[in-house]
Amino acid sequence: MSRPKLPRKSTSVDMTAMCDVAFLLLSFFILTTKFKPSEAIPVVTPNSVANKVAPEKDLVLITIDKDGKVFLSMDDEQKKEYIANTIIQTKNLKLDIKAFKKASFFGVAFNQLPSFLALPEESRKANVLPGIPCKDSANNELTEWIRIVTSAYQGQKMNLLLKGDNQAKYPAFEQVIEAFKKNDQLKFQMVTNPESVPMGSDLWKQSQKGAPKEG
Amino acid sequence: MAEMDTSSGGGHKKGPGVKKGKKLSTRVDLTPMVDLGFLLITFFIFTTTMSQPTAMRLNLPKDVDNPDDQNKVKESAVLTIMLGKDNNVFYYEGQLKPDASNFKSSSFKEIREVIINKKKNTSANDLVMVLKPNADCNYKNVVDILDEMSINVIKRYAVVKISDVESKLIQITEASTPSK
Repeated sequence: MSRPKLPRKSTSVDMTAMCDVAFLLLSFFILTTKFKPSEAIPVVTPNSVANKVAPEKDLVLITIDKDGKVFLSMDDEQKKEYIANTIIQTKNLKLDIKAFKKASFFGVAFNQLPSFLALPEESRKANVLPGIPCKDSANNELTEWIRIVTSAYQGQKMNLLLKGDNQAKYPAFEQVIEAFKKNDQLKFQMVTNPESVPMGSDLWKQSQKGAPKEG
Repeated sequence: MAEMDTSSGGGHKKGPGVKKGKKLSTRVDLTPMVDLGFLLITFFIFTTTMSQPTAMRLNLPKDVDNPDDQNKVKESAVLTIMLGKDNNVFYYEGQLKPDASNFKSSSFKEIREVIINKKKNTSANDLVMVLKPNADCNYKNVVDILDEMSINVIKRYAVVKISDVESKLIQITEASTPSK
């Protein structure tokens, strides 16, 4: 039996298609990557096993930086306008409402707000600003801030978030909690970095069983 | 290289002796480029941290002035954990004895054992953990200990203001033990 002669085929494959795919993926990944915006308030958050993703809408974020200075930021511009008007009325201040709405965070006492809003956005840095005063209980402006914010969010869902720096001392945290408590804001969330659950712990056993985990 | 011009196309003919450039193939080997592409992809995937921040919930108790409204807990079922500076952790079970003999120091590595033991030895309905951060501890410690509560599935815990006696005890202990 003589074998039919097969024509010898070249082993080299056309790489063009594969190259296309590779670079398409590459460009896709590069373009879809969201770069971390440079933050005006540098904060290193602690780790926790909490697995709930932090909300991104309707948030009222209280930030504690490493020196224990407190800043407040929020995302809803309409609410900000309401807050600006309330401050103008109650504090008898002249505020630039447009600048107030644009401001990404607030970190000064009420009476310094006009000059704070006059600053250009780039020079509002956490290390030069004093933070919202909340150190002594007699003049706790953070309580007032939160009261105004809660009144702005009345009847609506508000995500109260607390983002603290690893190095922040406990008293700052305590003062923020005090301010929350005074306004009956008893539920809040703390922003953390995800961490894996240690093996063998009770929570680990629970998640192994498939039981619903508590946030 | 002396070669005879054999490819006599129908076009213009060159005279004898005029060398014609060898026709090179336009196909390029793309394998290294593919390699490079995938290398970059893997590099970007591995260096991108999927850091979607998570949030930890904390519900605060309402302050009650009336002592009748306050929750009563069994003394034996209480574990009080105190946080000091330099990541020091102190704890005692039940009530603090006047001579502070049940005041023990620990660290974040060892405190889990303590919590697990306490949980084993007390009925689940009674167990309460009292967390008392002192003024020197930092935010990370507080979050860590709250995290410890959720790791060990402790249902009832409270963050309480530290008392002066405890605060002093911590300071004395911290002063007497050299920091690591």
